[in-house]
Amino acid sequence: MTWRVALVGIVALAVAAGPWVTRVQAAGEIFIPLLVYRTGPYAPNGIPIANGAIDYFTLVNERDGGVNGVKIAFEECEDQYDTKQGVECYERLKTKNPVLVNPYSTGITYQLIPKAPVDKVVVHSMGYGMTATADGRWFPWVFNFPMTYWSQASAFVKYVAAQEGGMDKLKGKKIAHIYHNSPYGKEANPTLEELARRHAFELTLLAVDHPGQEQKATWLQIRRLNPDWIYISGWGVMNQVAIKEAAAIGFKMDRVVGNWWTGTEVDVIPAGDAAKGYKSMNFNAPGAGFKVHQDINKFLYDKGKGAGRRDGIGEVLYNRMVVNAMLNVEAIRTAMTKHGNKPLTGEQVRWGFENLNLTEKRLEELGMKGMMRPLRVTCENHEGNGQAFVQQWDGKKWNVVSDWIEPIREVVRPKLEAAAVDEAKKLGYTMRDCAKEK
Amino acid sequence: MIYREAGQFKTSYASDQAVFPIVQDRVFVLAAVVAAFVVPPLIAGDYWLQAILIPFLIYALAAIGLNLLTGYAGQLSLGTGGFMAVGAYSAFKLTTAFPQLSIIAVFLLSGLAAAAIGLLFGIPSLRIKGFYLAVATLAAQFFLIWLFNKVAWFTNYASSGTITAPDRTVLGVTVTGPNAPAAARYVMALAFVAVFALVAKNLVRGRIGRSWMAIRDRDIAAEIIGVRPLRTKLLAFGISSFYCGVAGAELVFLYLGSAETLAFDINQSFLVLFMVIIGGLGSILGSWLGAAFIILLPIFLTRLPHSLGLTMSVALQKQIELMIFGGLILFFLIVEPHGLARLWQIGKEKLRLWPFPH
Repeated sequence: MTWRVALVGIVALAVAAGPWVTRVQAAGEIFIPLLVYRTGPYAPNGIPIANGAIDYFTLVNERDGGVNGVKIAFEECEDQYDTKQGVECYERLKTKNPVLVNPYSTGITYQLIPKAPVDKVVVHSMGYGMTATADGRWFPWVFNFPMTYWSQASAFVKYVAAQEGGMDKLKGKKIAHIYHNSPYGKEANPTLEELARRHAFELTLLAVDHPGQEQKATWLQIRRLNPDWIYISGWGVMNQVAIKEAAAIGFKMDRVVGNWWTGTEVDVIPAGDAAKGYKSMNFNAPGAGFKVHQDINKFLYDKGKGAGRRDGIGEVLYNRMVVNAMLNVEAIRTAMTKHGNKPLTGEQVRWGFENLNLTEKRLEELGMKGMMRPLRVTCENHEGNGQAFVQQWDGKKWNVVSDWIEPIREVVRPKLEAAAVDEAKKLGYTMRDCAKEK
Repeated sequence: MIYREAGQFKTSYASDQAVFPIVQDRVFVLAAVVAAFVVPPLIAGDYWLQAILIPFLIYALAAIGLNLLTGYAGQLSLGTGGFMAVGAYSAFKLTTAFPQLSIIAVFLLSGLAAAAIGLLFGIPSLRIKGFYLAVATLAAQFFLIWLFNKVAWFTNYASSGTITAPDRTVLGVTVTGPNAPAAARYVMALAFVAVFALVAKNLVRGRIGRSWMAIRDRDIAAEIIGVRPLRTKLLAFGISSFYCGVAGAELVFLYLGSAETLAFDINQSFLVLFMVIIGGLGSILGSWLGAAFIILLPIFLTRLPHSLGLTMSVALQKQIELMIFGGLILFFLIVEPHGLARLWQIGKEKLRLWPFPH
């Protein structure tokens, strides 16, 4: 009986004492929390993202001695892509004075958007999160450059038009959008609906419930509908299942286009040869052939300091996070031009994000020429001027099969500004005057 | 020695039937409640309040609600997540439609809305029992989540389908929304759960609670002695759903700030059910202990290797956490199938005799 009592006692004590334990961050560093999901249902997507972040930040520390001499400190926290665990992670790491956070989950992003101005932490939801936050006049603390879901959807429609032979050829075409039934998946719908009205194509919206393992009914509908094009907004296991199902009904693979979260190696490999020809949008070039990858190999993996396996370098999501981390670092560097080469506050880093101007020359210096497009962020436009392209799976690797596609900004931007007013009203924000910001 | 009731004579029915008949219990609980109201807002940081204490209080409320239904009335329910969602979405609709309405009234009204839905889905309980009822309530869970996902009216036609808690005040202090200080939200959650725990405690020792237990223990016998199954079971569903509804509203308004239907998926139902089972079926204290076990232990386990000075990858840490957590659940269920509350009861018996056990 005594051991039993002792054990119960220990557990009770542990439960009570656990959360007190915190670590103090070293002074003289800039702290970036990493909300990662290396376990759980979305781990296959989460692991390359997490490794990309660690590798790039470590590379900056090892190769350049930090950002202008200021080291980047980071710490991972496992959230299993679960919103509640993500919030717990964020609150825990907040005690270390982070300057920015990359949530990598739409659910967690929605949690952090209202907190950002209160906590003075920049939220960088790169290519995800809430599209309306791209209006920087209402959401000074949230950035989603280089592109939003709405811009992406419009780029997709433009791509379809180009394949069909012009915008006027869209008329009467059938496009199906298969989406994850969550805020994330629904994001593209308003833009697609608007474009369907303008260009008179037939849009069918098909929701797939989380986690997306069961899609038989959806693909039965696809068979009946026989659309000309399919656009997929999926994540995790939903992507693999969708691609397998598309192959199973014999749909033409080169007419299935995923969004940029629906086109990574783990999505297509399980479908085997059937996935050949599958396309997806992207804004960061795939492959490990860039100079930055050589540096990562040389400074990290050759010395045994890499975060993952060497063959993971160059995966779509790995590259995406490398680009993300680079943008974080460059924003901090921009902030340093104004505030000096020292550890910065969230407020100062926010200025850096807003004045980020990434030129072709700078990208070349960073060893990322061609990996992404030059980017310019302004006070009004937190989406920047990014463009997307289409990549295609050839059974072994992803190949870029289109030029950079400019989104239909004249459609997206007005809708986005209207949505920003709606969303900001909910939070009781007022619009700031960008003319006064400098 | 300390925990002795010798000399405490009950001279009236009132004192014999008190919620806490033993003076020590009364003093301890009162002190604990006062301390809970005063100490954490003063000394605890945002992380403690926001990430640990507030969810603990909210889940404790939900667990009390489910315990009334499953523990006391014996009706197994897997619809908790759905009922919490009803509370959350009705609170959102109410407070956006009537911004002047006090947020406390909003919470109570959304509890009532959840109770109404609970009554509706409680009707099958008259004909089906046990696991079959669990399946029927599972239908409630899936239907409600589907409904909130499908009908955009519930989210005020937000394109993303999320509901966001606006700023609302109580006595001039902002208690919901992003600008609410964590301490204010904590006090709000604590006030609700303290009041409702007291109500629950009184419910279960009165006529209603006794009729629930009669139904639970033997429904035919209960019917023979004059307990009406229809009313009793539906009442259990209604009151339980009321608790869950308030907890759901709090989950969005005091804890998450914004939520999608995924926040109320089937896992929530299981989570609350596990709290009730591990804490102790048919015990209000058990609901608290269960909530503490399920909410606090994983957080502690995640941080344990770090505090011991071990460096390991976060993935490994998480896997170990899941293994230990699962192991502990098994351990406690084997050691004490009646839950943590029973362990406490045994401890209390021993304390009464300490230090002179016979």
